[in-house]
Amino acid sequence: MGIIEAKKLVFEYIRRDEEGNVEGFTRAVDEVDLDVKQGDFMAILGHNGSGKSTLAKHMNAILYPTEGTIWVEGKDTTNEEYLWDIRQNAGMVFQNPDNQIIGQVVEEDVGFGPENMGVPTKEIWERVEESLKAVGMYKYRKHSPNKLSGGQKQRVSIAGVIAMHPKCIILDEPTAMLDPNGRKEVIRAVRALNQAEGITVILITHYMEEIIHADRAIVMDKGHIAMQGTPKEIFSQVEKLKELRLDVPQVTLLAYELKKSGINLPDGILTCEELMKELKL
Amino acid sequence: MAIILDHVSYVYEKGTAMEMAALKDINLVIPDGQFIGLIGHTGSGKSTLVQHLNGLMNPTSGHIYYNGEDIGEDGFNKKKLRNDVGLVFQYPEHQLFEIDVFSDVCFGPKNMGLSEKEVQLRAYEALKRVGLEDDYFYQSPFDLSGGQKRRVAIAGVLAMKPEVLILDEPTAGLDPKGRDEILDQIATLRKETGITVILVSHSMEDVAKYVDRIIVMNQGSIMYDDEPRKVFRHYRELEEVGLAAPQVTYIMQAFREKGYLVNTDVITIEEAKNEILRVLK
Amino acid sequence: MLRDITLGQYYHADSAIHRLDPRVKLVTTLLFIVSLFIINNFIGYIVAGLFLIFLIKLSKVPFRFIVRGMKAIVFLLVLAVVFNLFLTPGETVFSFWKLTITKEGIRLAAFMAIRLIFLIIGSSLMTLTTTPNQLTDGMEKLLSPLNKLHVPVHEISMMMAIALRFIPILLEETDKIMKAQIARGADFESGNLIKKAKSLVPLLVPLFLSAFRRANDLAMAMEARCYRGGENRTKMKPLLYHKQDAIAYGIAWLYVVFCVYFGRIFTL
Repeated sequence: MGIIEAKKLVFEYIRRDEEGNVEGFTRAVDEVDLDVKQGDFMAILGHNGSGKSTLAKHMNAILYPTEGTIWVEGKDTTNEEYLWDIRQNAGMVFQNPDNQIIGQVVEEDVGFGPENMGVPTKEIWERVEESLKAVGMYKYRKHSPNKLSGGQKQRVSIAGVIAMHPKCIILDEPTAMLDPNGRKEVIRAVRALNQAEGITVILITHYMEEIIHADRAIVMDKGHIAMQGTPKEIFSQVEKLKELRLDVPQVTLLAYELKKSGINLPDGILTCEELMKELKL
Repeated sequence: MAIILDHVSYVYEKGTAMEMAALKDINLVIPDGQFIGLIGHTGSGKSTLVQHLNGLMNPTSGHIYYNGEDIGEDGFNKKKLRNDVGLVFQYPEHQLFEIDVFSDVCFGPKNMGLSEKEVQLRAYEALKRVGLEDDYFYQSPFDLSGGQKRRVAIAGVLAMKPEVLILDEPTAGLDPKGRDEILDQIATLRKETGITVILVSHSMEDVAKYVDRIIVMNQGSIMYDDEPRKVFRHYRELEEVGLAAPQVTYIMQAFREKGYLVNTDVITIEEAKNEILRVLK
Repeated sequence: MLRDITLGQYYHADSAIHRLDPRVKLVTTLLFIVSLFIINNFIGYIVAGLFLIFLIKLSKVPFRFIVRGMKAIVFLLVLAVVFNLFLTPGETVFSFWKLTITKEGIRLAAFMAIRLIFLIIGSSLMTLTTTPNQLTDGMEKLLSPLNKLHVPVHEISMMMAIALRFIPILLEETDKIMKAQIARGADFESGNLIKKAKSLVPLLVPLFLSAFRRANDLAMAMEARCYRGGENRTKMKPLLYHKQDAIAYGIAWLYVVFCVYFGRIFTL
């Protein structure tokens, strides 16, 4: 069994009109099956409102399924007994860098999770140091979060999660509010965690270039899984991605266009180097 | 008829220990009807610069002329200036406040003291321009999706019929399709009305195919100011300051390095494809 | 303008004051404020002033930084001075139209000004040298006896810590929304009181919505990081008294004794 597994997961919420009467139900997540293995780097793609964030919030027991089941490390998230276990093992980073930092000083914020878990003082310090070093923010440990850039704030948030020693980290559009530099910083930190520390990563995004290094990707649309496979397999289907309000990196699109014009190229080229190699130049 | 910036500088917290130059000796001429991309990373001074153009910030030294008049002069009508130079801030949907969409869009023209009829006419026209369906007009703006809210907010400025429209990161946080839709609508608007548009962005790739001119800001100064294809020739220097040229530029450079005489001044995928097909055949 | 409020901001430096236990700083600030109201002569205020200068020097916070916080209360200060100056009965010094300035009035106005200024400087010094987390920790510890009376001390202090963290963010946001509405032709300055109040709607609605949105996000982020109230929680920086804290308490009480003596009993 994988670290996160879902079977026919459904999440519905009630829409109400201005008087508070029930207008109908919306299925934000619709019969999703999922199996994430320990150490995987999985990307979840989808346009705004495709249900990807709602799905992510189930992995940390912030939301509970209306139907179906989701297990984190084999534990059913609806079982209250496991709630804190699940939250500790599946850490979560959110979109807005300002709205998830609790501490007034970087190191105090990173210590917040371990404090809640009841970790002894001395060990909290060790965890804070090691987590901040892992994301390259150690020298900012005495700074106020307000003075950091967006990318730095997100790295602090990631450190705050890894200080809880999770097995898995779920990032819900961590780069949506950042500039290109900040995005690169965050993605680099996430990849390093996955590769060096073996932490399972679930990255939710709509920036296509961020998923190139993922082991696997799923594309969500209207609450269900519309596509899944390796990034290469996903990027091979340019037309389908466009239908799903997404796009592909320019190089993929160019290769696709060249292929349509009769040049012999495989599908799903992801980088410039790959294109040159395939053209045998 | 133009905006002219003459040796404009802006210093934050002048005379204190936190003194910081946000703009350094900026000289610019923005003629009527141009479509400009203003590019720079966070903190490069681009947001500070645009707030000078409608008088929300005043330069610590230097002068700004709008249609030949110095906007810093006593007695200059700043309110009129703000009608003429419309500024859409980043995440403009966070400024919505009215009970329904239509009233919110009316706010700007109403403040201009126009007749009730004219106000409504303009609001209607502006909402049509951003492609919002009539069904939404009398809904609360807070019930709309993120992309729709963004359009309502942009319509709120369009309804003032500005001669110059400045948009600060209008596509931040939108999915790829949402981004393309907004940029296409802006391009259409400009084509039909001939107004000046300044698009502030940190992505060269997003604005490259739309604008006539790119102004690159770095550390409060103008680094490049030219046609997009000429600016992208400096892709190495751009990279050094944390900006990147569109991916196609890199692909064309790679072809050059392999000894293919492609024209590297390409901007769109279409152009790149044609160039590559030309040299490969 | 909004950025000028230094109250509630932390200034990072490595000083004897920064290193003190927050409980010492809280108690000392309280004692200092009380002393300002005990004192009723100028010599007493000189003692208080010297004490304040001593603390500022020790804290390594630039004086400019502290004074900047004063801008926010200039209006209050002027109001207090004017009221005391003109409305205190007593021996007339100067009379003009219907206004009279009395000897007592001058004295009271001066006292009021000194008190207010010292009070603001004293409390900003505490917030500038103590991180809000320490501050709330200190408060939580000092008030912990109230737990027995079922007062949710931990929750209150957590709320305060969060409020303090979001003040600068919300101030910046206010600035931004204000500018955005001005760009849409909003006018926050002219008109009578009712018109002015009405003109604040486009500012306040988005501001409240944003605050709610942030609160919602933050609550979720805290839960995701296993926050479940004060029970079984450990501390990264537990509060422990050191030798320097005992010395500081000593100095604080000595100051109180001096104040009472010079400010009340001693006469020239």
